[in-house]
Amino acid sequence: MITLSINGLPASVEKGTTVLEAARFLGFPIPTLCHKEGLTPYGACRLCVVEIGEGPGARLVSSCTYPAEEGLKVRTASERVMKARRMIIELLLASCPQSKTIQDLASRHNVRQQRFRQEHENCILCGLCVRMCKEQMMAGAIGFRGRGKNRSIGTPFDMRSEECRLCGGCMQICPACQARCTYTEPERAICGGCANLSPPCLEKEQFTDMMCYMSPCVACEIKKD
Amino acid sequence: MDTERILSIIRSSNGKGGIISILEEIQEEFTYLPEAALRLVAKETERSLADIYGVATFYKAFSLKPRGRHCVSACLGTACHVRGARTIVEEFKEQLHVSPGETTPDKEITFETVNCLGACALGPIVVSDEHYFANVTARGVRDIIQGTKDGTYGSNGRGREDLFSLEVSCPTCNRSLMDKEQYLYDHPAILVNVSMNGKKGRLRISSLYGHFAEIREHDIPNDTIVNLSCPHCSANLRSGPGCVECGAPTASMRVNGGDGVMRICTRTGCSGHMLDLDGEGTGQ
Ligand code: SF4
Ligand code: SF4
Ligand code: SF4
Ligand code: FES
Ligand code: FES
Repeated sequence: MITLSINGLPASVEKGTTVLEAARFLGFPIPTLCHKEGLTPYGACRLCVVEIGEGPGARLVSSCTYPAEEGLKVRTASERVMKARRMIIELLLASCPQSKTIQDLASRHNVRQQRFRQEHENCILCGLCVRMCKEQMMAGAIGFRGRGKNRSIGTPFDMRSEECRLCGGCMQICPACQARCTYTEPERAICGGCANLSPPCLEKEQFTDMMCYMSPCVACEIKKD
Repeated sequence: MDTERILSIIRSSNGKGGIISILEEIQEEFTYLPEAALRLVAKETERSLADIYGVATFYKAFSLKPRGRHCVSACLGTACHVRGARTIVEEFKEQLHVSPGETTPDKEITFETVNCLGACALGPIVVSDEHYFANVTARGVRDIIQGTKDGTYGSNGRGREDLFSLEVSCPTCNRSLMDKEQYLYDHPAILVNVSMNGKKGRLRISSLYGHFAEIREHDIPNDTIVNLSCPHCSANLRSGPGCVECGAPTASMRVNGGDGVMRICTRTGCSGHMLDLDGEGTGQ
């Protein structure tokens, strides 16, 4: 067992537990975006920052990937943490303002505007879809491609992937495209999150066993007419 | 595409895992990474094609498009940039009629720009196949292109196989001039002292015959005749007949294991190098 202190409260956790898990166990909320139970932590969005250590040695780390250490002192909502978190939310808003998930985060953290150049990306490169596809759907059909400003998500060679099971899991988990599926115009009714994938619903005829997790989505119904 | 060849590349790295080294080898063989090759790699290494594709598109060293027989890269890193690399790149663009990243229509040369090759002090740097050019000027571009087309510097991803390495020693004190500390192109460099107008320094020359890349410690302008001497006994190496290319004096070194003499021109920038294996001093 490892004993650490979170916001002054002592906690004993198993070796291998992350700071995020320990904090949540004690009931301290830490917002996450690229972390989902059942998928390996990835540390992409940095939303889950916490402050560790004390005095001048104190630093910010991503709690979803930081393992609990003996004697570690963690602050989950210090001024420095909140400032960093709000900055991250501003940056997310600057890139994907249409995402319901990000809008909700912004309102919960009282971020009313962002100061950067407004873009309209449909991906924040959180890697959730890639991990979903690989670790839960056992398909490994999509992945990251390129790097730097050319980094994107999609299938190899941008071609219909033979491995894809058309399960829709990637779109279900995507935090950036969820707002898209409420489109009522059928020709625009694609999730857009994984812009390079054809939406499974639109290929339903060829794939009778398709399961889609998007319960409020109406795109499929529109297609039927 | 040669499936057998690719399979043997993959299997020879068997178990050692390194995707990058497999891809490097395939690229060396085919000048690029064909789609079918990536599919084979994924299958054989039991990884998803998405992972392999991710690696292949991440590194700039890999190309998914066929490349030319030769590859010329101009450095646009910070140091080379301030030393005028822009004009060099413009010059290449104009003479080759391609933009960086493209291949000439005759499939001879792929022209690229890179960000720092780690030889900043010698910039602007241009690499043609396996050969590094230091202090490149716009005027020198034409020669580099010609030499590249002639295959002087090797071919894409591969050094010239007909180059061989020489070991030389000082004709006066007989001590070896090979520098085991500094390798150039996988072979110890030849180390001599160089002086000119009271300035002294060291000069390292590649020991590959016919190659002769140099590292100069000082900024010695091209077209200057310098004095080369032995770093052990300080004997002047200048001797013998003039350079066949330009007539300037030559410096000679004894080739180990025989009576041979290697002569190099003492005029900087001159490619006059002669090998004279019977020791008669006539040059070739
Ligand atoms: S729909 Fe295809 S790409 Fe998306 S998670 Fe399922 S298998 Fe992977
Ligand atoms: S497509 Fe969605 S889930 Fe996938 S990396 Fe982008 S934002 Fe994340
Ligand atoms: S049903 Fe909706 S969420 Fe599912 S793939 Fe179609 S458009 Fe996207
Ligand atoms: S949730 Fe921890 S970095 Fe995204
Ligand atoms: S900047 Fe060109 S070699 Fe470093």
